[in-house]
Amino acid sequence: MEPALRAAAMAKRFGEVAALAGLSFEVPAGELYGLVGPDGAGKTTAIRALAGLLDLDSGEARVLGMDPRGGGAVREALGLLPQQYSLYRDLSVGENLRFFARLYALPRKVFERRAERLLAITRLDRFVDRRADALSGGMYKKLALAAALLHEPRVLLLDEPTNGVDPVSRRELWALLHEFVQGGMAVLVSTPYMDEAERCDRVGLAYRGQLLLEGAPADLLRGYDGEAYEVGGGERDLVDQSLDSLAAVRAVTPAGSRLRVDLSPGARDEVAAALLPLGASLRPVAPTFEDLFLSRIRGEAR
Amino acid sequence: MSEAPAIEAVGLSRTFGKFTAVDSVSFSVAPGEIFGYLGANGAGKSTTIRMLIGLLAPTRGTARVAGHDVASDPEAVKGRIGYMSQKFSLYLDLPVEENLRFFGGAYGLEGRGLAARTQEILALTGLAEHRRTVTGALPGGIRQRLALGSAILHRPSVVFLDEPTAGVDPVARRGFWRLIRDLSRQGTTVFVTTHYLDEAEYCRRIGLMVDGRLVALDTPARLKETWVPDRVLVVRGKELTAAAGALRALPGVHAAEPFGAGLHLRVDPARWDREGIHSALVSAGAVEPSVEETEPSLEDVFLAVVGSAVPGAEAAP
Repeated sequence: MEPALRAAAMAKRFGEVAALAGLSFEVPAGELYGLVGPDGAGKTTAIRALAGLLDLDSGEARVLGMDPRGGGAVREALGLLPQQYSLYRDLSVGENLRFFARLYALPRKVFERRAERLLAITRLDRFVDRRADALSGGMYKKLALAAALLHEPRVLLLDEPTNGVDPVSRRELWALLHEFVQGGMAVLVSTPYMDEAERCDRVGLAYRGQLLLEGAPADLLRGYDGEAYEVGGGERDLVDQSLDSLAAVRAVTPAGSRLRVDLSPGARDEVAAALLPLGASLRPVAPTFEDLFLSRIRGEAR
Repeated sequence: MSEAPAIEAVGLSRTFGKFTAVDSVSFSVAPGEIFGYLGANGAGKSTTIRMLIGLLAPTRGTARVAGHDVASDPEAVKGRIGYMSQKFSLYLDLPVEENLRFFGGAYGLEGRGLAARTQEILALTGLAEHRRTVTGALPGGIRQRLALGSAILHRPSVVFLDEPTAGVDPVARRGFWRLIRDLSRQGTTVFVTTHYLDEAEYCRRIGLMVDGRLVALDTPARLKETWVPDRVLVVRGKELTAAAGALRALPGVHAAEPFGAGLHLRVDPARWDREGIHSALVSAGAVEPSVEETEPSLEDVFLAVVGSAVPGAEAAP
C-alpha cells in the first residue's frame, strides 16, 4: 500500500548548499515520525517539499500517493504548521480559529466541539478574546497549532511545533498528537527536543540532507555504542572545562545538578583519572536519545 | 550579601485592563548571578522583563536595575543593560561584523573603541570565522550567539535574555550556555527565561511564575527538595503504556507519568519496592522493563509547581 508520506531520494540545492542530498523515508497512516537533526540538516526543506511548496532538483515527494504540488484532494488531506506561521494579528484567538474553520468549511457544531477541546489543551481558553498580536511567542505557536489541527487532516506536517512552548503545554500537545495518530493520522514532526524524539514511533536523524539513522527510539538506543555516565562531585565549571579538553568525551550535558557525559567505548579509566584530582567521579547510567544524537553528530562532524 | 543587588523588584505589578499580567512580584538578583525566570506561556515572564528594562511602566510596585529605578529613570536603566528579545532583531542582509558595528554605533561606540570591541565580541562569541558571512545565511544557533554579542557590545552590567535558545539544537544550545556562563564569571548579571529545563540547571537560582505570581524562588537543588520530595524512578522498556495504571496502585507509588519513551514514577523513598514494581510491569505486559533511580529534574519541579495551580481557577479576563 502507498504510505501516507513518501520521500524518495529527495535532492535540492540552494546555490552552493545541498539542503537535501538524497533524503528518503516513509510514514504510514497511524504513525508519528520524528525528523531530528541539527540546524541546517534539511528538516525544513524536506517538510516544504512534502507540503508541495518547493520543486525538487531530483527525487520525489508524495502524499497519499499524490504529488503535493497538485490541488484539490491533496490540499484537503494535508495539514501544515510551518515554523513561521501567519495568523491574523488583529483578530482575537477565538476569531482566528473561527476564520480557519470557515476556510475548511467545518460545520458549526463540529467547529465548536473541536475548538473547545483545542483551546483547553493549549490553555488558551482564558485568552480567547486576546488579539493575536498581544500573545507571547509560545502562545502564538499554540494557537497556530490549534488552527492546523482544526480540520483534522489525514496527513499532518509540523515543523518544530513546540519551540517556545512551555513544558506543561508541550506534554499536553504531544498527548493530543498521539490521540490523532491512534485515529489514523500520519504525522511528520521535526523537533530539536530529544525527549520529544523519544516520543515518536520512529525517528530519522538527518544530517547534511541525508538520514544518518532511522528506527524506533528504543531500537536505536540499543544500538548505541557509547557509554553514558553521570559526573558527581567537584566544582562544576572546573569539571566542565576539564571534560572539554578530553578527546574521549563525546558530549556533556547538565543532568540535575550533575553533568552527564558520553564517552567513546573504553575511555572510562582515562576520564576517571582526569577527574580524580578535581574530586569528581563517574557513575554509569542508561543512555538517552540525546546521548545518541550528540555522539553521532559529533562523530560525523569530525 | 554586602553588594547592592543588580536587580531588585518589590511588589512589582502590571495590569492590562482587567487582566493582571504580573502580580506583586518581589525578588532580588545579586551581581554576577545567573537567574532563571520560568513559567508557562502567558505566566507574565516577558511582561516582567519589559518592566525591568524600562520599556513598560509598572502599575504598582518598584524595581531597581543596575542601581536605577525603572519607572523614574528608565533611560539610565536602558544604558546599563543588554536585552535579547524573543524576536530576532539583527539585519539579515548584513554580514556578521557589520551587524556588530551597526549596533556598536547605536550604543555610541566609535572609531578605534568600536573596532576593538567588535573584535572582542567576535572572539568571545566564536564568530570570528563567520565575520564576513551574511547574517541571514547563518544557522539559528550561531545567529543567537551573534544576537547576544550585539546585546553586550556596550558592556552592560545586567543582560536580559528572553528565551534565547528557542528552536536551537542541543549542540548549539550548549555553546550558547557556555557563553552565558563566561559572561557571569566576568561579573555580568544574567536574567534568562527558557522552556528548556535541562539548561535551567545552569542558573544559580530560579523563580517560577504561575498566573502572574512568583510562587517559588530558590536554587535548583532546593526547589527539588521542596517540590519533589519523592524519589523519581525511570522505567524503560517496550509496551509500557498499559503498565502506568497498575503501577499507580502499588504501595509507595505516588505517580506514574509518560516521560520521553519511558515512564517516570514518583515514589515514597521509605516505602517503594523494586521487586513489586518489576513484577507489576511484567504482569501488565511490559517487555524487557528496567527501573533506574534518578535525581528529580527541574521538569518534575515545573510540573509540580505549575500543575498544582488549577488552570482557569483565577478570574479570567
